[in-house]
Amino acid sequence: MSIPDADVRLGPNGRPVRPFVMPATLSGRLRVWRHILARRTTQVGMLLLFYGTFHWDWALFGLPVLSGNPSASRLLDTVPLADPFATLQILLSGQSLESTVLIGAGIILLFYGLLGGRVWCAWFCPINPITDAAGWLRARLGIRDSFHISRQLRYYVLALALILSAVSGVAAFEWVSPISMAHRGVIYGLGLGWMALFGIFLFDLVVLRHGWCGHLCPLGAFYGLLGKLGQLRVAFDKPTCTHCGECARVCPEPQVLNFKKAGEVGLIAPGECSNCGRCIPVCPEDSLSFQLRPMIPNPEEKGL
Amino acid sequence: MADPKRREFITKLAQGAALACSGGMVWGYLLSQQAKASPTAIRPPGALPEADFNARCIKCGQCVVACPYDTLRLAAPGENGAIGTPVFTPRDVPCYMCEDIPCMQACPTGALSEELKDIDDSRMGLAIIDIENCLSWQGLRCEICYRDCPIKDKAISIENHPRKISKHAFFVPLVHSDACTGCGVCEKACPTDEAAIRVLPAKLVQGEIGKHYRLGWKFDTEITQDFKPGEEEDAPAVPSGLDYLNEGTL
Repeated sequence: MSIPDADVRLGPNGRPVRPFVMPATLSGRLRVWRHILARRTTQVGMLLLFYGTFHWDWALFGLPVLSGNPSASRLLDTVPLADPFATLQILLSGQSLESTVLIGAGIILLFYGLLGGRVWCAWFCPINPITDAAGWLRARLGIRDSFHISRQLRYYVLALALILSAVSGVAAFEWVSPISMAHRGVIYGLGLGWMALFGIFLFDLVVLRHGWCGHLCPLGAFYGLLGKLGQLRVAFDKPTCTHCGECARVCPEPQVLNFKKAGEVGLIAPGECSNCGRCIPVCPEDSLSFQLRPMIPNPEEKGL
Repeated sequence: MADPKRREFITKLAQGAALACSGGMVWGYLLSQQAKASPTAIRPPGALPEADFNARCIKCGQCVVACPYDTLRLAAPGENGAIGTPVFTPRDVPCYMCEDIPCMQACPTGALSEELKDIDDSRMGLAIIDIENCLSWQGLRCEICYRDCPIKDKAISIENHPRKISKHAFFVPLVHSDACTGCGVCEKACPTDEAAIRVLPAKLVQGEIGKHYRLGWKFDTEITQDFKPGEEEDAPAVPSGLDYLNEGTL
C-alpha cells in the first residue's frame, strides 16, 4: 500500500479512500461480474427448466423435471412448490385449498425463510432482468428522478393486495401481477403481456429509479418481511471499510447499507437486501462478502 | 396551541388514507374488469363453477403440461377469457376425455376438483346444433358428430325426422344434456366450414322450463289445487300398473 498524499481523503479507519476501478483484463471483469452472471444463469435456468419440461418433455428418471410455473409447480412429479403470497391471497379470498398447494407454499416459505426472502427477487424473478436493464440504461443516459416516493409504499401495496383479496373474492395481485405475466408469457405464450412488461421497463427507465422492485412490488415486500430471518447475508467487515460509498452507488436498495448498524452487527441485516451481490465485487477494500449468518462473528463480542 | 408535529402526522395520515383509497379503487376496478367470470370460456374437466374456479386457480399451467393432446392452454393477456387460466378451443383441439383425467390430477389447488371420478361425468360445456347449417338437417346422411362422439347414443343420438309423404325422412343428430360432457370432439369433426355443432358453456345455451310447468303426460303426478310454484315435489309413489279408473277410487 502506498503512503497517502496530503490531499488524499482518509476513511474513519485512517486508511486512504480508494475508488473502485474496473479491471482491464477479461478475467478480472468476469470476477467483478460473477454475481450478475450467476444471477442471470439462475433466472434463465429456472425458466428453461419450466420451458423444457413443457415443450421438450424434459425428464429425469422418467419423471418430468419441473412442471408448472413459479406460481405453483411440481419438482420431479413429487415435490410440490407454490408461491406463498399467491396462496395466501387465494386463502383470503375465501377459497379452501387442496393440501398440495399448501405444502408447496410451506416448502417455498421455508426455503426463502432460511436463505433470505428476497433471494427470489434478485436470483429468480423474471422481472429482475427487465428492471436491471432499465436501471443500467437509466444510468447510461443520466436520467434523474422526476419525483420521490417512499420505499415503504410497497408494504401498503402488500396490505392492499391482501385486503382487496378478501373484499373482492379473488387473489388481487395475481390478476394484475406482471411477474406471473412474465413467467407465464415465457412458458405458455405472451399475448399482450409484453405491454405490461414494457410499461414496467419504461416506468423504471423514465419515471422512478428502481421504481417497481424498490417501491411498488408487493411480492418483493412480502419476501422482504420474510427476509429478516434470512441466514445468507452480506457480511460487513467494519475495520477495513473506508466509507468510500462504492457499494451504495450500485445497490438497488441503498437504504440497507447503513454502516453504523452494519458495523454493530457485522452484517447487512434488513430484509430488503435482496442478496444480489452487486456491492461485493465493487468494494475496493473487500469489506463485504456473502456468508451464512451463524458464521459471521459478532463485532461486539470481539470487543471492537 | 396546535402542535405542528401532530398536524403533520394527521396530514400524512390523511394523505396515506387517500392514496390507499384511490389506489384501491383503481385496482378494484382492474380486478372487476379482468377477474370476472368469463361466460364463454370452456374449462378443463372437473372445473369448479366459473366464479369459484376463477378465484381458486393459481394459474400455474400444470394442467396444460399434463394434457397429452395439447388441448389446454393458458389464456394470454388480451385474449377473451380470464388471463392466465386454462381454457381450450374445441374446434382447434377438443378434449379426448382421458380416463385417468391427468389435468385434474395435476391441479394443485382443487380448482379442477378431485370430486370428478369418471370423465363421463365431466361437464365442460354443452354441444348445440345450428340446424340451418347442419348437413343432416339438409337431408344429407352426414352424422359425423354422432359417429365421432365418445359416448354416442347417450350424448348424441340420431333421430328420425319425418317430413311430407313425398319426401324421405331426415336423420338428424340430437344432443342430450344429461350425457354430453362438452368435450368438443363433435365440433372438431363437423365437416362444414364453420362448425354447425359447437360447444358452449351449458349456462349460456340451456334454458329452464320452470317448476310451475307440469307436463302431465310425462310425470305421473297428482293434480291438486293447493300447488304452489317453486315447491319441490317428488312424484307420488304409485305402484306401476295401478290404474285408478279401474279401482273405483273416483
